[in-house]
This record gives sequence, C-alpha cells and structure tokens, in this order.
Amino acid sequence: MIYQESKTLLEVRGLCATVNGIEILKGINLTVKSGEVHAIMGTNGSGKSTFAKVLAGHTAYEITGGTVVFEGKNLLDLAPEERARAGIFLGFQYPIEIPGVANNQFLRLAYNTAQVQRNKDELDPLEFDDLVREKMKLLKMNPDFLDRSVNEDFSGGEKKRNEILQMALLDPRLAILDETDSGLDIDAVRIVANGINQLAKKDNATILITHYQRMLNYIVPDYVHVMESGRIVKTGGKELALDLESHGYDWVSVEQPATVGT
Amino acid sequence: MSVVTGNSYLKNLLHGQSQLATSPLEKLNRLRANAVDRVSALRMPNIHDEEWRFTDISPLTKMSFQPIRIASPLQVSDVEHFYLSEAVTRLVFVDGVYAPHLSTQLSDTSEDSSVVVSNLSAATSENLATIEPYLGHHTEFQDNVFAALNTTFLHEGALIIVPRNVSVEMPVHLLFIATQKEVASYPRCLLISGSGSAVTVLEDYVALQEEAYVTNTVAEIVLADNAIVNHIRIQRDSNQAFHIANCAVSLARESRYQSVSVALGARISRYNLNVLLADEGAECTADGLALISNRQLADTHTCIDHTKPHCTSRQLHKCIVDDAAHAVFNGKIMVRPDAQLTDSSQSNRNLLLTSKARVDTKPQLEIFADDVKCAHGATVGQLDNEEIFYLKSRGLSEVTARNLLTYAFGAEIIDRIPIASLKFQLEQTVLERTQRS
Ligand SMILES: Nc1ncnc2c1ncn2[C@@H]1O[C@H](COP(=O)(O)OP(=O)(O)OP(=O)(O)O)[C@@H](O)[C@H]1O
Ligand SMILES: [Mg+2]
Repeated sequence: MIYQESKTLLEVRGLCATVNGIEILKGINLTVKSGEVHAIMGTNGSGKSTFAKVLAGHTAYEITGGTVVFEGKNLLDLAPEERARAGIFLGFQYPIEIPGVANNQFLRLAYNTAQVQRNKDELDPLEFDDLVREKMKLLKMNPDFLDRSVNEDFSGGEKKRNEILQMALLDPRLAILDETDSGLDIDAVRIVANGINQLAKKDNATILITHYQRMLNYIVPDYVHVMESGRIVKTGGKELALDLESHGYDWVSVEQPATVGT
Repeated sequence: MSVVTGNSYLKNLLHGQSQLATSPLEKLNRLRANAVDRVSALRMPNIHDEEWRFTDISPLTKMSFQPIRIASPLQVSDVEHFYLSEAVTRLVFVDGVYAPHLSTQLSDTSEDSSVVVSNLSAATSENLATIEPYLGHHTEFQDNVFAALNTTFLHEGALIIVPRNVSVEMPVHLLFIATQKEVASYPRCLLISGSGSAVTVLEDYVALQEEAYVTNTVAEIVLADNAIVNHIRIQRDSNQAFHIANCAVSLARESRYQSVSVALGARISRYNLNVLLADEGAECTADGLALISNRQLADTHTCIDHTKPHCTSRQLHKCIVDDAAHAVFNGKIMVRPDAQLTDSSQSNRNLLLTSKARVDTKPQLEIFADDVKCAHGATVGQLDNEEIFYLKSRGLSEVTARNLLTYAFGAEIIDRIPIASLKFQLEQTVLERTQRS
C-alpha cells in the first residue's frame, strides 16, 4: 500500500551488471518505499532474476555501474549475509537443494542469526520447533519437511513454500520474491499469497517478480514494472498487469520503445 | 633387487609364526603353511604395481612390527568409553590378543543360545564342521601379500555364526584396541549367516596411544539365501599407525549385505572390499567415508562382482580431504555375462578442503551383459558456490555456511549407520574435524 510520507527503503539508480563479461542489466532505476508492493514483469531472459540476485549480492555478477541504497546504506558494499541481516530477503526462482543439511537445523540457524541482529534471544531447538510448526501451519506445510534435507527431493511447489516459510521466519524489510507463484497449485497460490499479505506491514515492502496476473489478484501491487533487455521500460499501476495479460509484451515495446522507468 | 629386500623384510615379519599352536582344524594348519609359502614367494607391493599406484607404503617397510603374546593389562575403566550402549555383545581384542575380562560374550546375554559370537581360537574346536567350508575360502591370498601375512598368523579373531532364521537383535561389537608401538596384529573375522538370518556387526579399530603399529586384518562374510548382514566398519586407529584390511563378502540368493565403512585414523590405510553377488536377487550397499587430514593417506579399493541375474548394488563413497592428506578410491563394478538385469550404481564424491589435499579416483565399470542398468560417476571439488550463496542469503556467515556444508557432506554417510549412539559419536567427530573458526 502507498502511504503518504513513508520513507524510501530501496533506491536503485542506473544499475548495470555483467556476468562473464556479458552485460545483462543496463541501467535499472527503481524506488521502493516502505509499505509498497511492486510487481516486476517482463519477457524470459529480460534480466528479472539477475536483478534480484544482484540485490541479494550474488558474486557471479559484476556491478559495472550505478548505485543501490537500502535504508541509507550503500547496499553494494555489503556481503550477501550482511544484506540478509539488514533485512533483504530473496525468494529464489529455483531454490537449490542442499543434501545433508537438515531443514530444521538450517531454518533455526537462519532464524537465530536474525534474532541476534534484532537483539533478541536465540531459540533452542525445542522452542524453535514450536515456532516453526506454528508458521508451517499457516502455510499448510507438512511438519515432515523439517526432518528432510533442505529442499532435497521437494516438489517444485514445496520448494516455493519452503522459501515463504523462511521469509515468515526472517520477517524481512524488503522481500524480493522471484516467481514464487510458478509451480504452485491453485490452492497453494492462495495460501502463499495470504502468507505474504499477512507479513506485509507499513514498514516493509515486497517486490514480486511474476509472469501472471494470478498472484496479483491476491497481492495487489501498487506499481507494476515491465522489464526488457536489462531495463525497466514501463511503469504503471495494477491495471498495467491486466493490460499486459491481454495484449502481451510487444504492446509495451511498440508503445514505448526506449523509455527509462521511474 | 627390490625382491630381495622385500623378502628379507617379509621373512622378518614371519618371526615367531612357527610357534603358533597347532589348530584342531586341520584346514587351518594347511592354510597357514600355504600362506607361509606365498609370503616367501611374494614381495611388498610398491607404486609400480597397478593396485598400489597411488599408495606408497614404503614408510611401513622402514619399520619392524611383531605380534605380541600377552596383552596389556587393561581394566574396563580404561576402555569402557569405547563401549556402545546398544551393543551388549562385545568381543574385545587388545593388540590382537583376546581380552575376555573386557568382553561380553553372547552366552552372557539373553540372546538366542544357538548363535555363536566368540573369539576364534576358543570356538574353533566346537564348530569345526561349520567353519571348515568358509574359513580362508573367500579371501584370495595367492597374490595379496597382506592377506597372506594375515593367514600365516591366522589363529585369533572373531567368529560369528547365526543359524538359519535367527535374527540377532542387538549389534555385535568387535572392538580392536591398540596400545603399543611396533606391534603387528592379525585379526581374522569370520561371519557365517544362515539362510533367513539377520545380524548387525560393528568392526571397530581404536587406539589408546598415538603410536606406530600395524593392523592387518581379514574379514570373511558369508550370507546364505535371504540372509541380511549389516556391516559397519570404523577405522579410528592412531595417526601413526598402518591399517591394512581385506574383506571378502559372498552373497547367496536374495541375501542383502549393507555396509558403511568409515576411515578416520591411520597414517596409511588401505581397505580392500570384495563383494561377490553369487546368486540371483542378491543386494549390496557399500557406502564409505574417508575423513582425513595432515599427511594421512586413506585408500579404498572395492570390487563388486555381479555374477548372476537380478542383483542390485549401490555404492556411495565420499572423501573429505584436509591439509596435505591424500585419498584414493578405486571402485570396480563387474557385470558378468550371466548377470542380466543387473541394477548397479556407484558414486564417488570428493571434497578437497585445501589446495594441497589430493585425491586419486578411479571408478571402473566392466560390463559383459547387455540388459543392465549401471550408473557411475566421480566428482572432485570444493564446496558448491550456489549452496554457499543460498545459505549466506539467509544471513549465515561464510564460515558458518562452509562448516554446515562440509559437515553435511560427511554426515550423509554417517547417517546411514544403524547404531544410534555410534552415529552420534561420529557426527561429533565429523563436526570437530570439519569446523573452522
Ligand atoms: N551465468 C550466466 N552466463 C551467461 N548468461 C547468463 C548468466 N546468467 C544469466 N544469463 C543471461 O542473462 C539473461 C537474463 O537472465 P535472467 O535469469 O535474469 O532472466 P529472467 O528475466 O529472470 O527470465 P525468466 O523469466 O525466464 O526467469 C538471460 O539471457 C540469461 O541467459
Ligand atoms: Mg527469472
């Protein structure tokens, strides 16, 4: 939701990034204020996931230009774990499987790291177990997933729910959810969307990367951005997503060939 | 010529062999005599031998080792920290010598009285007919000087006989404790599992002192139709020690052999595991972990031989190599012409923690049947960057992420050990050895 006088959480200016010398991000501008929900849409390969991973600090990408300020701090100076502790959360498009690392152990480590950051007490395994089961209930997740290795042999939808479970535990300031809706069945979209809505507050913000209106029926975006070849080429309100759904991306490119976003 | 030096070294090792008491089992006396002949004809292997290409055992040949007759006077309190709560039946050997006062034989527990769990020398005469067909039958020593040496000294070790359709509930703990330097011990284990029987056996090599000694062991495991054997093998010898082991397993129809072997200790260790899937429907799982550091060398050679149709084998062997340590894996899967519908998979994964750490891996698949499903592969590398990034993106520090992943790499094998307290112990060991600060 857009609040008057809410403060800027994230300020991206002219962000350029390359991978193996190939330029992928070519000058992204984006401002996210607290309380807002932004949707980023765009064709396959336009750079959405790259943008998300660059914000989370993935080292495979080299930043070749621009600035990113998060709550007054220069985000690009921070290591991935420092960004996470500062309140950035990336829900991965393709969450990786980590054989041998028990999900509950991993979740507790992550949760306790966040607790330390917030100057709160760490939870022991028993206390944490109560908490995590509570959160899993909201997401209608089977507690059996706690004893399994992180994402190992989880179905596509189960991996996405596990991402949202992590988000619920970490309670981030800025959640970047990369195609969290893909792979979810109809009920799961609603459940996950409810979960995300419950976490949305006045002092945090969400960036949803998606291809479909489906998710946006539940989580109403304040802004919709269209990405194209490493840039945001159009920004509008929630109706833009509906227009895209009926007209496709060609319509954007034709109407507004090389505009820079916000 | 090296043959001459080799022989004089070997001759020296045989010192005292002729004083072994004659066994009531005539076959055993013949085996020893044969083995003495073989030892005289063979030489110590060196890196020019294909089977020993990556494992230089010359440090072993620079020292002399002799068996001892009288065990160190250990008390229960000296060794009980090695005991496992689940394993009530326990045979303890100190420097190769059976220690009855530290052991709990099966007859002392409430398990089925038809089961034999005893030290070999004491139980031989009562079980002559049962032992006769199997002892020495499965371990080839014609060209294997270490198996031959073990056979020359064959007189003590563990004998386990599980009659048909008997399931031994509790695991059997074979505990080999080393206490002195320059001692050679030659334990022999013989496990005969009758049709439809089930048993879990833990072979556990430990040390009370950081000394140089040599353990040269041979285990023979025979599974009749439908038998199930869980075999856990933990080698936690002193870091100065030499550990050479041969294990031969033979599986009859529909039987199942499941093993986990863990190598943590020894300066140089070599484990040869030969599994013969001798009849239809036999299944084997042979998992392993070598976790080594400093200048340790751990060599695992396995051969899984599919001779008949419908057999299954699964193998996951992992090495975590730290400092300037060196791991060797040579895993052969043989699928004979008769072995149609074989289902076999083998994977060797190696984690090198430093740039000086080294691994030599050689998975070998030899297939002579046409309707089979075989998968094998080996990886050597560092931790996966995407996995590290995932953990860091949740706020875990670089060090924590690395520690967690390294631990997980080893824990995957430890988790397959079916004895809870041992699993817990080893998890702690893996944790201690893989954590950086
Ligand atoms: N490591 C890499 N090496 C080479 N090219 C890469 C690499 N990573 C990404 N790219 C390229 O960068 C472009 C943007 O990829 P990205 O994953 O950001 O797209 P996306 O917008 O998320 O697409 P989708 O909608 O399919 O998820 C693609 O053309 C991709 O092939
Ligand atoms: Mg993407």
